[in-house]
Amino acid sequence: MKIVVAIKRVIDYSVKVRVKSDQSNVDLANVKMALNPFCEIAVEEAVRLKEAGKATEIVVVTIGPKAAQDQIRAAMAMGADRGIWVETVDTELDALTVAKLLAKVVQNEQPQLVLLGKQAIDSDNNQTGQMLAALLDYPQATFASKVVIEGNEAVVTREIDGGLQTLGLTLPAIVTTDLRLNEPRYVKLPDIMKAKKKTLDATTPEALGVSLQKSIKLLKVEAPAERQGGIKVESVDALIDCLKNKARVI
Amino acid sequence: MPTYKAPLRDLQFVYKELFDATSLQALPGFEEVDTDLTDTILEEAGRFCETVLQPLNQSGDEEGCHFNNGAVTTPKGFKAAYQAFCENGWGAVTADPTYGGQGLPKTIGMMVEEMICSANMSFGMYPGLTEGAYNALAKFGTDELKTTYLPKMVTGEWSGTMCLTEPHCGTDLGLVRTKAEPQSNGAYKVTGTKIFISAGEQDLTDNIIHLVLARTPDAPAGIKGISLFIVPKYLVNADGSVGAANGVSCGSIEHKMGIKASATCVINFDAAEGYLVGTLNKGMQAMFQMMNTARLGVGIQGLGLSEVSYQNAVAYARDRLQGRALKAPFQPDKPADPLFVHPDVRRMLLTMRAYTEGNRALAIWVARKLDESNRATDPKQKQSADDFVALMTPIVKAFMTDCATDVTNLGVQIYGGHGFIREWGMEQFVRDARITQIYEGTNGIQALDLVGRKMAQNTGRLLRPFFHEVSEYLEQKSADSSDELQVMIGGLMKAFGRLQQATGFIAQQGLKDPDEAAAAATDYLRLFALVALGYLWLRMAEIALAKQGEGEAEFYQAKLDTAQFYFARLLPQTGALLSAILSGSQTLMQFNHEAF
Ligand SMILES: Cc1cc2nc3c(=O)[nH]c(=O)nc-3n(C[C@H](O)[C@H](O)[C@H](O)COP(=O)(O)OP(=O)(O)OC[C@H]3O[C@@H](n4cnc5c(N)ncnc54)[C@H](O)[C@@H]3O)c2cc1C
Ligand SMILES: Cc1cc2nc3c(=O)[nH]c(=O)nc-3n(C[C@H](O)[C@H](O)[C@H](O)COP(=O)(O)OP(=O)(O)OC[C@H]3O[C@@H](n4cnc5c(N)ncnc54)[C@H](O)[C@@H]3O)c2cc1C
Repeated sequence: MKIVVAIKRVIDYSVKVRVKSDQSNVDLANVKMALNPFCEIAVEEAVRLKEAGKATEIVVVTIGPKAAQDQIRAAMAMGADRGIWVETVDTELDALTVAKLLAKVVQNEQPQLVLLGKQAIDSDNNQTGQMLAALLDYPQATFASKVVIEGNEAVVTREIDGGLQTLGLTLPAIVTTDLRLNEPRYVKLPDIMKAKKKTLDATTPEALGVSLQKSIKLLKVEAPAERQGGIKVESVDALIDCLKNKARVI
Repeated sequence: MPTYKAPLRDLQFVYKELFDATSLQALPGFEEVDTDLTDTILEEAGRFCETVLQPLNQSGDEEGCHFNNGAVTTPKGFKAAYQAFCENGWGAVTADPTYGGQGLPKTIGMMVEEMICSANMSFGMYPGLTEGAYNALAKFGTDELKTTYLPKMVTGEWSGTMCLTEPHCGTDLGLVRTKAEPQSNGAYKVTGTKIFISAGEQDLTDNIIHLVLARTPDAPAGIKGISLFIVPKYLVNADGSVGAANGVSCGSIEHKMGIKASATCVINFDAAEGYLVGTLNKGMQAMFQMMNTARLGVGIQGLGLSEVSYQNAVAYARDRLQGRALKAPFQPDKPADPLFVHPDVRRMLLTMRAYTEGNRALAIWVARKLDESNRATDPKQKQSADDFVALMTPIVKAFMTDCATDVTNLGVQIYGGHGFIREWGMEQFVRDARITQIYEGTNGIQALDLVGRKMAQNTGRLLRPFFHEVSEYLEQKSADSSDELQVMIGGLMKAFGRLQQATGFIAQQGLKDPDEAAAAATDYLRLFALVALGYLWLRMAEIALAKQGEGEAEFYQAKLDTAQFYFARLLPQTGALLSAILSGSQTLMQFNHEAF
């Protein structure tokens, strides 16, 4: 079984995000970037499936500027076999454009399973996997906390508001990963070295026949209002009153 | 409880911006080592140190090692961490690929080591000693010894030790008494007692490979009769598996001031089978070869502890509200201001920072030259790199560890009373740092090495390139530099002049009276180190100035400001040091020893 994993280069989770002074966007100049944590979980899951003898090849794909190759190498160091880099200068692609590009890659690669993070921590859209499933007309299971491959089926446990839901998907299928699916491994030094020698193919949206249309315009980015200091209340009744009438959360 | 974040940005600044990373890549065997790869390695090593090693540092100190009937147990969590460490390849960074290593530059190895020492210095002793033993064996061992032992040492399945010290001799190894009697099969029977052997016994590995200094029955007396032997804890079968016990036992472990999670052992050799490493009676030469790298490693231990102490001191100085800024309240809405508003607290923080970042630059500079000395094909480049490493090794070892004691003590001071309390973890750094001034040759011995051997070697050949480089740089920059740089250039010129004067004085007086050179040694080493750091701080300031306006304004401004602090408040020590040196040996030697 071949697995394609889509990964994204995002601002590192530990970086304190700053807004550009003209409010046009988040300031990414000289900021530490990393593999999106949900994508990292997706790669880890693919590697575990391969280690368990369920998968034979793992292809990671990313869309972005040249620097995004770092994230492909990082995924390869975790155990992915091969990388595809779709070069775009623009880092603000719509989820739909990304899904279209990924759909082309999936059509070319013909994997049995496509793994994605449920969302990227930069814009928290939570759309790409779903759109990709729609474009390909594949079955999908989002927010996966457990993935089991049984023959031609993926049995996926999903985290939903009411608890857990288990779906059986006929392969090929799309699965997006949630936080509790696994804990990504520490990367081994020899694997970092090996990753350098793995194949990384470059392609472009033109070559894939996808035009980078924009249907969403970013108007303005503002930092959230600074948190106000808390208050102390005298009694439980006062607390309930505050929660009801001041904070209006219950 | 202390925390630690790998200082990736500063490491990158030094290896990419201060030094030219592409020239490292140009050395044979390092073609693949581009900055992307280095970044990834440092990041992953940093992550491992932060999340696996650092959480065991304080608990390891509290628990210490256990000794029971010859067996040593390391603190809780060490065994699993050691296994993960080895599985992840962090013990094999620089080792030769022939034996399963990654063959990466020492420069990378040393940067990784810094992080290990910040996170958990005691833990780092175990793989660190293996690396020392590996180096000696790789350089001087026969092919048979190398293929038998090195691959398992690289994977970490077996560990190594260095057995030099005996009850009656530490500094003066010419007094070594451990015997090695030749056997008919070419092996030796080694008998004697070694003390203070780090990692001499532990529960982490299947076998322990001891490198032992001993003398054969007919050996000449003193230092010229010492040979180096390899003595495994368990004999190795022909198929490479671990065989019978080999007359090596652990008599006890020491109860120590610091590095409590590192087992410091009495090791008894009782007619244990050993094999000669290198040439008979040339054991000290072999040991010194390896000790040079080990000494740099000890300097790095000091650097690692300084860094982690500084990080926690900064966090506390932001957090702790105490007293008011003298001119106007910094946080009028709070009961008091954070510590960092106080000039004296800032003095402490900046002293810690300036030494730590300066020493990081010095360490990486020397590591770079070590790689050149190992790999360069041009004999001239190789020789000059070799000379530089030889010159700087005692300086890195002694100065960086002296700084570690000063810096970690400032860390305690910034915590006030809480610095003195174990729970906060700051006093552990002081206790752990203290040994670095003692082992691998005390700092006093390092200073003697600098004035007695390195200075005199080949009539000053080692010194000249360094002096030349600094004076050339000063000359070049004195003409067309900004005002900010000019002030620093003036400061370095003055300090450099003092170093030259002290060098001349010692060379002259030392010829007449060896006590004169020895009396000046420690002050001279410090003077030398301060000038070397001054030179590096000047170059770092120059970069920071050039990068202004290119983003990361805070980072570069902090570099520049730290440089200015160094020039204003630390480099002037050179004046006092010169005075002390020029006063000569008289006040030391005239004192009647009965009156002590
Ligand atoms: C925790 C720990 C771990 C250690 N690990 C190891 C190890 O793994 N392997 C190993 O072999 N050893 C190890 N040692 C031993 C260590 O290297 C020695 O303690 C050190 O070399 C000093 O020797 P000594 O203790 O005998 O002191 P001494 O040699 O007795 O020195 C005492 C003092 O006198 C000074 N002094 C001595 N001779 C001179 C001189 N000629 N000129 C000027 N000053 C002089 C010294 O600088 C020092 O200040 C370890 C020690 C400790 C405490
Ligand atoms: C073992 C021990 C025994 C003790 N015994 C007693 C005792 O018997 N009775 C008792 O009452 N207390 C006792 N203490 C408390 C001790 O006196 C305090 O720890 C000490 O006064 C420092 O206060 P602090 O710990 O709050 O540090 P802080 O006041 O928080 O100081 C932290 C650091 O900031 C610096 N700093 C703080 N304010 C300023 C400022 N305005 N300007 C410049 N620098 C500043 C300090 O010099 C220090 O380096 C004891 C403490 C210990 C550890």
